[in-house]
Amino acid sequence: MRLIDILDRITRPLLLLLVMSVDRILTLIQGRVGIDKMGYFFVLPNLLIFGIFVLFPMLLNLYYAMTGGTKLFPADRPFVGLDNFATLFDCDDFLSPNSCQEDLFWRGIFNTIQFVVLQVSAIVLFSLLTALALNRRIIARGFFRSVFFYPVLLSPVVVALIWKWVLQYEGVLNAIVELFGGESMRWLLDTNWAMFWVVFVSVWALMGFYTLILLAGLQSIPPELYEASSIDGANTWQDFRFVTMPLLMPTMFVVLVLSLIRAVQMFDHIFVLTGGGPGTRTQLMVQYIYTTGFSNQIQLFGLSAAASMVLGVSLLILTLLQLRLGNQSSLA
Amino acid sequence: MRKILALFVILTLLASALPAMTQDTVELRIRWYNDGNEGEVLRDLLDRFEADNPDISVEIDTVPYSAILENLPLDLAAGEGPDMARVTDLGGLAQYYLDMTPYLSDPAYWEENFGPFLNWKRVPGDDSSIPGFMTQLTITGPFINRTLFEQAGVEVPSDMSDSVTWEEWAAASVAVAEALEIPYPMAMDRSGHRFAGPAISMGAMYFDDMGHPTVMDEGFRNMAETFVNWHLDGTMHPEMWPLSEGYANAYEEFANAELAFYMAGSWAVGQFSEAIGDAFDWQAVPNPCGPGGCTGLPGGAALVGIVTTEHPEEVARVMEYLTSQDVLGEFGARTLFIQAHAGLSESGIDWNTDLQLAKDALSVFVGQVGTLTQTAFDLQAYIYNRNVFNATRDRLTQALVGELTLDEAIERIQDDVDTALAEVSG
Amino acid sequence: MQADKISLGQFLSLRSGGKRVNTADALTYLYLTIGTILMFGPVLWLVASSFKTQAGLLKYPPPLLPYQQVQVEVEGYDDPLPLFNVTMEDGSARELAQVRRVGIEAQMVDPADPGAERIKVNISQREPVEEVKLAWENYLDPLIEIDYFDFITYLKNSVLVTSIATVITLIINSMAAFALSKYRFKGRDAIFVLFISTLMIPITVILVPVFLVITSIGWKNNLWGVIIPGAATPTGIFLLRQYMLTIPDELLDAARIDGGSEWHIYWRIILPLARPALAVLAIFSVMWRWNDFLWPLIVLSQNDYFTLQVGLNAFQGELQIQWHYVLAMTVVTLLPITLVFAFLQRFITTGIATTGMK
Repeated sequence: MRLIDILDRITRPLLLLLVMSVDRILTLIQGRVGIDKMGYFFVLPNLLIFGIFVLFPMLLNLYYAMTGGTKLFPADRPFVGLDNFATLFDCDDFLSPNSCQEDLFWRGIFNTIQFVVLQVSAIVLFSLLTALALNRRIIARGFFRSVFFYPVLLSPVVVALIWKWVLQYEGVLNAIVELFGGESMRWLLDTNWAMFWVVFVSVWALMGFYTLILLAGLQSIPPELYEASSIDGANTWQDFRFVTMPLLMPTMFVVLVLSLIRAVQMFDHIFVLTGGGPGTRTQLMVQYIYTTGFSNQIQLFGLSAAASMVLGVSLLILTLLQLRLGNQSSLA
Repeated sequence: MRKILALFVILTLLASALPAMTQDTVELRIRWYNDGNEGEVLRDLLDRFEADNPDISVEIDTVPYSAILENLPLDLAAGEGPDMARVTDLGGLAQYYLDMTPYLSDPAYWEENFGPFLNWKRVPGDDSSIPGFMTQLTITGPFINRTLFEQAGVEVPSDMSDSVTWEEWAAASVAVAEALEIPYPMAMDRSGHRFAGPAISMGAMYFDDMGHPTVMDEGFRNMAETFVNWHLDGTMHPEMWPLSEGYANAYEEFANAELAFYMAGSWAVGQFSEAIGDAFDWQAVPNPCGPGGCTGLPGGAALVGIVTTEHPEEVARVMEYLTSQDVLGEFGARTLFIQAHAGLSESGIDWNTDLQLAKDALSVFVGQVGTLTQTAFDLQAYIYNRNVFNATRDRLTQALVGELTLDEAIERIQDDVDTALAEVSG
Repeated sequence: MQADKISLGQFLSLRSGGKRVNTADALTYLYLTIGTILMFGPVLWLVASSFKTQAGLLKYPPPLLPYQQVQVEVEGYDDPLPLFNVTMEDGSARELAQVRRVGIEAQMVDPADPGAERIKVNISQREPVEEVKLAWENYLDPLIEIDYFDFITYLKNSVLVTSIATVITLIINSMAAFALSKYRFKGRDAIFVLFISTLMIPITVILVPVFLVITSIGWKNNLWGVIIPGAATPTGIFLLRQYMLTIPDELLDAARIDGGSEWHIYWRIILPLARPALAVLAIFSVMWRWNDFLWPLIVLSQNDYFTLQVGLNAFQGELQIQWHYVLAMTVVTLLPITLVFAFLQRFITTGIATTGMK
């Protein structure tokens, strides 16, 4: 704190000057354009960065999707129209990835759908349970809250490394299993267990965030409602069913939307944990996009960009659908 | 809030002061990755160079190997490359290399000593440029844990015969594993490059008459089928191939004496000297034989100049220093890397290790240079070989876990290779 | 304050069941305890493992504590020798030091009597003598010895990137959120939807185009190239805007009547009032930036500019991952973020609770 105080003393006049001059200039502008148009000014810095580093690259990506070849610069790339999309959707039978030209893309889609359904339901369920537990009057609440939140702070690579360490054949989990007389297992090699662990690890790493949102939602429920329901003789379950749940729905909705988007984007955790294996069992869409466009010797930017457009559009539709549903349920 | 802002202002000032550097020396940058101690050895050698050449300073930027494979090509394509780089995709990146010929005081030295290997670093049609040198020449080949064989009472097949087949090794390894109850009879690095040697030995051609890469032949299929079966019956390490992304190895299992037979390559000698030492007798054995020969695959990493450098003369001076027989010999001796240098091959390298096991292993690998087949050399020199290797690795993996049948997998390999090549030419 | 009152009220309501409470409480604690082991156990395991030697990491079953083989000084030998428990042929046990090993035979010497003849032992007849010892070298080597891992530089870069990026993110996001929540201007809703819809696109899928933009600006190997692109976070705008909507417009109008400029209102009224939401965003921003790996690796390729996460990955070579260093340095990178979290964590719940995320 000392050091900061000294810094503060040095920089204070500088800062004051800066803020004052910004104020002076802005007041001048404000005099010209009027108060309401000042909104443009405030949104401008963000809009600039967003435009240059997000929006423009996305448009560039759209262009990439319609070009072929292996050259990096868009100007050097031959325009091929919708060929890349045609390649992606070249299937004899859309339900059987092996019949598709880009079988890995379709495997990615099916795996992603399964992963998203499992992961989002698990996240919602366990975040809710944890939030309800943490919302009770318990000792060491701050401690428990921190413990459940802590994994959120870890980088995906660290999370995957930890769990890889735990789940390997000569790892902690098998040591524990043997301790209880069980048989050691290759946890990640079994196709069903692999999906389970991928879901488990991602829930482990992310649920703290959603738990906190739900906890906040729980805490904003007015206590008078519980008092009223207890006067009516309601039990704990009825409290939950008729007071907590309806009032928590909007928060649940936020959790649902955010966790769904995050699940579809899932990449780093799985990439390090299973590499998409066994085989391609846990390979999701984003990994297909990454390997096709980036980590192969011959980098197919066009095909990769086309796949990312498909991903983007499906996310957009999904979100709009959810928003529509969300609006309806909150109106009703 | 104000205090945080104060901190911020200071930090910004710091950040803007970052690039302040004295510019009276030429600074060269090497993009580098490490497997073992080679980065330290190189730094040591360059320190000596800098002491004698005060006008040049060389910075080594050590990055993860994945960044050499994935990020460096992007940087090079965008014209943002370093002055020099250590690369393994020798041919694939050749278009970005600097031809140092005009800057070298003695280009003939390079032709003389690195002759056959310069070709690996040239674009097709180029037969004269001098882009750099091999930091190490590698040969793929198996290691065995001789101590395990002895304890199990199983004869080491290569003691009895000069040409052991893959089946014989597999049978012996399984016998060792069963006798000692160790978990893994055999393992092979997860790499299409490692798979290629055995495949060629089984008769795989890898190129058709037109010189186009192909995997659609009996030899390739035979090795692939054997390989898949070995995974199904537990001969091969069950997790390495199915459960990884990209390259994976079995160093841990081998160093832990849980593995009898391990298909890796000469680069591992340095690792094993460090990690195993003389804890048990590890040994390199000649590549197993088949109808196509007894070959491993040559390979290696090269230090190359990058064409966009602003200081080609200085790059050439550093390169000349590093490739002088003494310096390169010292580099090889201290890293235990086999050198692709004619002069050193003649004089031999005095390996900087007390470990007889390591010296023996290195001489086994050096002795195998003669058994490498022409196909093996052609495949290494083919600039899109990684395209073939990666497709082999990924599709065979799918066959191992039953997502594809063997024939489907082989067709997919060919298809992946063709699709990517079509984009290159199109 | 308010949060406490609420939970107290709720607590009372849950108490109404009389006897049922004990079961519910027991279940709660059971759940939380199992959860704590599951959530935090692996992290502790990581920390414990980071003190094991390279050989120690390979042991199975993995020991809880970091063991190392005992080395003894023996007269007549330059280097310390490893100590073993040996079962002799007559079944007796002795503690011997190993001189060298040939094949399946070890040559041992009695440390108490180094002059005596060497004892030959089958290697399956000996067990290493081990003691609990922390492998501090896992930490010290990368920090001091290994010259391609320049810890101080990486730390400085990580701190610079994280702090500057966080401050910029806080300022521009709050400005945008202010505009989107308190002004009516043409295109406002369009801009908001645009911001939010990009929540969905992970940077992984547009790496190449963003890389092109960065190189054409000339920000390759420049920390600004890492800092700026991620500064316009949709999550931040969303969070702050929702919060600012709850600040009454009357406050702004009153300030305007007093002659305050719009900048003055933003700086003196909105920012102080939005402090809880800013704290939440600060934590998230610190977390994102500190852990970010994929993007810095693309922008930065020179050692002088590496962040810790990028530098850490240099331990992964083509052929070998040096686990003992990776684990130790991972723990080191966890320390600062843990401290920041410990310092700011009291803001998290109050912050989110009042951001109106519902």
